Amino acid sequence: MINNNNITKNKEPLFSAKNLKLLKGPLNEVNPITIQVLGICSALAVTVQIKPALVMAISVTVVVAFSNLIISLIRNTIPSRIRIIVQLIIVAALVIIVDQFLKAYMYDVSKKLSVFVGLIITNCIIMGRLEAFAMNNKPWPSFLDGIGNGLGYGIILVIVAFFRELLGSGKILGHQVVPQSFYDAGYIDNGLMILPPMALIIIGIIIWIQRSISKNIVNN
Amino acid sequence: MENLINLFVRSVFIDNMVFAYFLGMCSFIAVSKTVKTSIGLGIAVICVLVITVPLNWLIENYLLKEGALTWISSDFANVDLDFLSFILFIATIAAMTQLVEMIIEKFSPSLYNALGIFLPLIAVNCAILGGSLFMQQREFNTIAEVSVYALGSGIGWALAIVSIAAIREKITYSNIPAPLKGTGITFILTGLMAIAFMSFMGIKI
Repeated sequence: MINNNNITKNKEPLFSAKNLKLLKGPLNEVNPITIQVLGICSALAVTVQIKPALVMAISVTVVVAFSNLIISLIRNTIPSRIRIIVQLIIVAALVIIVDQFLKAYMYDVSKKLSVFVGLIITNCIIMGRLEAFAMNNKPWPSFLDGIGNGLGYGIILVIVAFFRELLGSGKILGHQVVPQSFYDAGYIDNGLMILPPMALIIIGIIIWIQRSISKNIVNN
Repeated sequence: MENLINLFVRSVFIDNMVFAYFLGMCSFIAVSKTVKTSIGLGIAVICVLVITVPLNWLIENYLLKEGALTWISSDFANVDLDFLSFILFIATIAAMTQLVEMIIEKFSPSLYNALGIFLPLIAVNCAILGGSLFMQQREFNTIAEVSVYALGSGIGWALAIVSIAAIREKITYSNIPAPLKGTGITFILTGLMAIAFMSFMGIKI
């Protein structure tokens, strides 16, 4: 886990080693999906194709980063008893903005994501980062932590979507990559990949590979 | 009546919250280590779903939808407050979980001790908000349909978490490759169970 006592000194540069670690850590060592097992709900349902996965990753990154920033700015004024409701309201407001934006500019993707845009509100990554980081850290590190975790989430999403789209429909980002001659020779797209259960199994395999490579990750 | 039973079976097995839509996965993976705690969480999710989804349906139909405000005055026929639905739904859910927690604490301390730690968790369980959002998308007509849908999805979720917990208890001593232990194998197990649940597809009563 990221230690919570790195309260930044006055003259620390914007991208000091500590801050960079906040940004890079979630990509591998403390990845929100594979290590902390947060935010899987939406991670799986939107990964049939790469495009919705990318849009989802960007939306989540924006929401995590800005909710971390806002909560961190007002962290000293929130009464601890009602903090969850305050956090939820701020996150919900941000998600409404993202949702309206998607509806206005990317209607087809927004239709594909359906309820999962709304479900960003209850994405455990966001609440987890708010509780564990933004509530007791300064705004700038919190913002970076949000971006880092959003990217860590996004990377897994895109990896899963890549395999599902490639093996499931022979395409990448909507472009056909498996040549027609393969199909003529008898190659068939793996229809199972498009179905929801395969997302779970792919994530299971990613966790397996990741943990075999980096041995120091603790098994719980 | 037949319609309601059909809806119930659909929401338990075919549109199962966990296996078809992956909702509530975070607590599903985190809390499914023993059968006992997962039964507790399952019951808590059923209770909260049955309370919040019909309540949110009322909010949706009498406050948010386009033309929903006509019961106040016909001037509001063109008002569409649908964009507020996320914020109102989540506020209802957070308030209701708090309320349920307080009521249980007051009237049944033993149940509170069993469920207590899970109730705050439930406010941020995707299955709860997901239930409300699917309700909004499917446009149910009567409150009976909505309640049956909420009950069915709750039971479906509880069924999923209890069965995965039972399997996890069973495989504790199995010989699994070390890096796959814990989270990894749980994902793969859930995937296999989801494939099994797909065999319910197309059932109609």
